Amino acid sequence: MKRNRNLIILFAALLAGLIAPLVTGASGAGFYTEVLLGGLMAGVLYSLVALGFVLIFKASGVFNFAQGAMVLFAALSVARMAEKMPLWAAMLLAVVIMVALAFVIERLVLRPLVNQDPVVLLMATLGVTYFVDGFGQTVWGSDIYEIDLGIAKEPVMILGQLFEGGILINKDDVAATAAAALLVILLALFFQKTKTGRALRAVADDHLAAQSIGIPLNRIWVIVWSLAGIVALVAGVVWGAKLGVQFSISQVALKALPVVILGGFTSIPGAIIGGLIIGVGEKMAEVFLGPVMVKAFDLAGGGIENWFAYVLALLFLLVLPEGLFGEKHIDRV
Amino acid sequence: MLYRENGQFKTSYRADQQMLPILQDRMFMGLLLAFVFVGAPFVFSDYFFLSILIPFLILSLAALGLNLLVGYCGQISIGHAAFMSVGAYAAYNLVLRVPQLNFLVVLVLAGLIAALVGLLFGIPSLRIRGLYLAVATLAAQFFMDWTFARVKWFTNYASSGSVSTATIDLFGFPINSPVRKYLFLAAVVTVFAVLAKNLVRSHLGRAWMAMRDMDVAAEVIGIRPVYAKLTAFGVSSFYVGVAGALWGFVHLGSWEPLAFNITLSLNLLFMIIIGGMGSILGSFFGAFFIVALPILLNRAPDWLGIDMSTAMVSHLESMIFGALIIFFLIVEPQGLARLWAIGKEKLRLWPFPH
Amino acid sequence: MKLAEKMRILAASVGTIAAVVAVTASGPVQAADKEQFFPALVYRTGAYAPNGVPFANGYVDYLKLVNARDGGIGGVKVTFEECETGYATDRGVECYERLKGKGATGATLFQPLSTGITFALTDKAPKDKIPLVTAGYGRADSVDGTVFKWNFPLGGTYWDAADILVQHVGKLQGGTDKLKGKKIALVYHDSPYGKEPIPLLQERSKMHGYELLLLPVTHPGVEQKATWLQIRQQRPDYVFLWGWGVMNSTSIKEAVATGYPREKMYGVWWSGAEPDVLPAGDGAKGYNALVFLAPAGQGQVHKDIIKYVYDKGQGTGKKEEVGEVLYNRGMVSAMMGVEAVKRAQFKYGKKPLTGEQVRWGLENLAIDAAAIKKLGFDGFMNPVGTSCVDHEGAHSGRVQVWDGKKWTVTAGPYESDLQIIKPIIRASAAKYAAEKKIPARDCAKDASS
Repeated sequence: MKRNRNLIILFAALLAGLIAPLVTGASGAGFYTEVLLGGLMAGVLYSLVALGFVLIFKASGVFNFAQGAMVLFAALSVARMAEKMPLWAAMLLAVVIMVALAFVIERLVLRPLVNQDPVVLLMATLGVTYFVDGFGQTVWGSDIYEIDLGIAKEPVMILGQLFEGGILINKDDVAATAAAALLVILLALFFQKTKTGRALRAVADDHLAAQSIGIPLNRIWVIVWSLAGIVALVAGVVWGAKLGVQFSISQVALKALPVVILGGFTSIPGAIIGGLIIGVGEKMAEVFLGPVMVKAFDLAGGGIENWFAYVLALLFLLVLPEGLFGEKHIDRV
Repeated sequence: MLYRENGQFKTSYRADQQMLPILQDRMFMGLLLAFVFVGAPFVFSDYFFLSILIPFLILSLAALGLNLLVGYCGQISIGHAAFMSVGAYAAYNLVLRVPQLNFLVVLVLAGLIAALVGLLFGIPSLRIRGLYLAVATLAAQFFMDWTFARVKWFTNYASSGSVSTATIDLFGFPINSPVRKYLFLAAVVTVFAVLAKNLVRSHLGRAWMAMRDMDVAAEVIGIRPVYAKLTAFGVSSFYVGVAGALWGFVHLGSWEPLAFNITLSLNLLFMIIIGGMGSILGSFFGAFFIVALPILLNRAPDWLGIDMSTAMVSHLESMIFGALIIFFLIVEPQGLARLWAIGKEKLRLWPFPH
Repeated sequence: MKLAEKMRILAASVGTIAAVVAVTASGPVQAADKEQFFPALVYRTGAYAPNGVPFANGYVDYLKLVNARDGGIGGVKVTFEECETGYATDRGVECYERLKGKGATGATLFQPLSTGITFALTDKAPKDKIPLVTAGYGRADSVDGTVFKWNFPLGGTYWDAADILVQHVGKLQGGTDKLKGKKIALVYHDSPYGKEPIPLLQERSKMHGYELLLLPVTHPGVEQKATWLQIRQQRPDYVFLWGWGVMNSTSIKEAVATGYPREKMYGVWWSGAEPDVLPAGDGAKGYNALVFLAPAGQGQVHKDIIKYVYDKGQGTGKKEEVGEVLYNRGMVSAMMGVEAVKRAQFKYGKKPLTGEQVRWGLENLAIDAAAIKKLGFDGFMNPVGTSCVDHEGAHSGRVQVWDGKKWTVTAGPYESDLQIIKPIIRASAAKYAAEKKIPARDCAKDASS
C-alpha cells in the first residue's frame, strides 16, 4: 500500500516536471514537441542496446558489459563490408559474424565460468570488451566509416501551420523507430510462438528445471548471445547510419545502463519503456532544467544529462528495488 | 619443508591472535618491508618508480579500499573513482585555502570528506542490492565527474577546469624526487594496509563479512544492516579518498575531472577481482597486474625486436589484456591471492609429495 | 582445474611478473651517440584516431625526410620513436617518462598533441629540462616565457583562434560594434581543450555586447542531440565549434538534422580537417574553419616527401593523404622542432643537443619568409619568431570553407588583438606562478647568458 502511494507520488512529480516547461511558458508547443521527439528517438536507441543486455541477463544471468563493444563490432563489420558488396549482403554476413562471435564467447568464456559469482562474470565480459575493441579495430580500422541506408539527412518541416516555426522531423529517425518496433515485435513473436523461444523462457524462469526436462543449456546460451548480437547489429546500423561508425559508439552502452536498472534486468518491455523514459527525461532535463541550473548556481555549462538518467533511475529504484518490471524475489534464511 | 608451522606452539591468546601467526610469514614480511624501504631505492630506475611503482602503490590503496566494500561487505560499486576524485579535489581545496595545514592532516581530512560523500551514496544500498546497486553506484561516478567539471569553486575558477598542485612539503622535507615520492607512498600504504588488516579482524570486519555472506541471516543474529553497510561505504570511501588525494598530488601533479573517469573505476574493480576479493594481499597483486600489464604488453614487441606499427601494438595490447583477464578469471575465479594461498599450501609439503 | 595445473600457472605468472620487473627496472637503453632523438606521442587508435593518425603521419614523414634528403640536422641523424597515448592523460605521462631519457642526449622536445597531456607535462618538463612544443594547442597562457620557461605554443593559441573568429564574424556584420545583441554559441569538447577559449570569448563579449552561450559536449562527443536542440531553441547567430575527433563530424551532422545553417558555423583549426567534414557528406558544404599555419594542398616539401620517402616505400600513411590539413600540420610541427634544433646548433655546435640547448633554439627561433621558401614550405607556413617574453611567435590565422570536395581559404589573414589577449595571459600566468611558487624570469638577464 505504502509502495503504491510512493509510486503515485513519484509519477505525479515526474509528470509535473514533464509539463512544467509548457506551463511556465519556458517553451513554445512546437519546440516542446521537438524535444519530446528528440528524447523519444534517443530513447529508442537506448532501448535497442538495453534489449541486448536484458536478453543475455534473462537467459544466462550474465550482466554483459560487452554489449557496447558488440554494437561497435557489428556496425564496423556492416560499414566496412558494405564498401565491397551491397548493403543487404553485408548485413547478412554481419549476422553470420555475430553468431560466430556468440559461439566463440559461449565456448571460451561462459562455459568455463559457469556457476561463478555474477561479479566475476561481469568482469569477464569486460575482458571480452577489451578483446573485441582491439580485434574490431585491427580488422576493420579506427577511422570514421559510413553506413548509407539511402535516407535523406535533411530534416522535413511538418505541422508548420499548427505551431510557430513548425516541427523538424528526420526521416532516418522515423526509420530507426520503425526498425526498433519491428525488432521488438519479431522478438515477442519468437519468444511466444516458437519452440526455441519457449525453451528460452523456460531457462530464464528456472535453468535447473529447464535442464532437467532436457533443454540443452549450452545451445540456449549460444542462441541468446546470437540474438543479442543481432540486436546489437540493428542498434549499430541505426546509430551508425545517423552519426557514422567509429570506435566511440561503444560508449553508447553506458547510456543503456540506467535503462536496464529502471526497467528491470529481466524485462523486455522494461527495456523499451525504460529507454523511452530515460531518453525523454534526460533530453527534457538538459534542454529545460540545464540552463536554469547554470544560472542559479553559476555553473560552467550544463551537461546534466550524463547523471540525470542515473538519478531518475535511482528514484525509481528506491520505490521499486527490482526496477519497473523486474521479478520480485523473497529471501529465505 | 620450508614453510612448516610444526613446533610453533601458541601459549597465550595474544600469540594466537597476532596478525601473522606463522614464523615464516613474519620473516617474509620483514624481508619484504626491508626491501621496500631500504633495498628498492637502490635497485630501480626513475622510470620504474614513476610509471609503475608510484601508480601501483596508490592504486593498491584504492583497490584495498574498494575491497573492503566489495570483498568484505559484498556491496558492489562500479563508481569508486568518484570518491577518488572527491579526495583529490578536497585535498586541492584544503591546501589552497588553508595552506598552513600539514599534508598528512590534509590527507586524513580529504579521506574524511570522501567518506562523508561515500556515506551519502551508500544510502541506496539499504534498499537496493546486487547488480542493481552496482549500476546505481555509477550515479556517483557521473555526478561527481559533472560536479568537478561544472562548479567553478572546486577548481578555484580555473578557466580550463584543470587544477595543478605545488610540491608537497612534509616537515620541511620536499617530496619531489621519484625515490622520495615512492618512500612516502610506501610508508602511507603500509600504515593503511596494517590498519585494514586489523579492521577486518575486528567486530566491524566480521559484521561486514556476515552481511556479505547472507544479509538476512546477519540481520537475524543481530547485525544492523544500516550500521554494517554504511560503515563499509564510509571506510571504503575514506581509503579511496586518501588514494585519490595521493593520485592527484603525488602522481599526476595536475589533473582534470577526466582523470577520475569510469575507466579508472572499472580498473579498480578489475584489480580486486583479479587480485582476489576479500583479501588485503590480493589488492596489491591486482593493482600490480593492472598497472604493469598494459605497459608490458605495449613495450613487449619493442623488446622482442618485432617491428610493428604503433596502432597494431595498441590493438594487440587491448586484445591480449582482455584475453588474459578472461584467462585468469577462468583459471582462478578467486583471484591471484588464492593462487598464492595454494602456493603456500604446496610449500608445506615441498619437496616431499606426502 | 587440478592443483598441479594451477601451480604451473602460478609459476608462469610469477615468472612473467619477474620479467616485467627485470626489464622495466633496467630503464631506458642508451643508444648510438651521433643522433638527435625526437619522441612522438601519437594516437592511432581509439576515439580520436581519425584525427590523430594523419597528424602523426605528417610528423613522422617529415622527420624521415630530414634524414633522407638532408642527412639529418647538420649531419646529426634524426631518430624517433612513437608511443601511443590514446589521447589519455595517464598514458601520455607514461609515454613521456618512457621516452624522455632515450637517444644520445635524451628527448629533444615533446609535442603531445593533447591539451590534457600538455597540462600534465607542464609540471614535469621543467624538472627534466625538456621543452614542450604545443603548436596551436595547450595552455594559452604559456605564451608568457617568463613563467612558462619550457612551454612553446608556437604559431598560435586558442585565445588567438577565438579572437580571430570574433574578428571575422564582426567583419561579416560590418564591424565588431555591430555584434551588440547578437548571440554566439560555443559548442566545446568538455575538457581543458574545449574550455580554454572561454575567458577570451567572455572578455570580448563584455567589449562588444554579444551574448555567449556555452554548450559543453561530453567526451567522446557522439551524443549531441540535447546540445543542438538548445541551439535550435536559442537560434544563435553564429556557432563556434571547439571539437576534436568524432565530435566534429557529429556536430555537423546534428546541425544538418536540426537545420542549422553550416555557413554560420565556424570551427577552430582543430575542427577543420578532412576527417571532420567527409563523414557528413554533402551536409558539410559551407562549413567554415580556421587555418593554422598550413592549409591543405601540396607544395615543394610535399614533392620532396613523395620523392624521398613514399617512392622509396618508406611512407607512414597513404600517399593520397599527403597534403591533407592535419598531415600538413603534423609536418609543420615537426619542421618547427627541427628548425629549433638547427638554430641551437649555431650556438652549441653540430652535435646531438640536449633538451636544455634545444630550448634556447626554440626561444630564439626566427623562421622568416626566405627560410620558409628555402625549406619548401612556401604557402604552408607563416613567419614565426620567438623571444623570451613571447613563446608563440605568430598570431595570425585565416578562414577556410569546405565546398564538399576541398578546403578553400576565403578570408584573412587576421592578426589577433594582443591588446586584449596580453592582459589575460599575464593574469593567468601570474596566477599559475603563484600557485606553483615559480619565481619570475628576468628576460633581460637571461638573453645575455
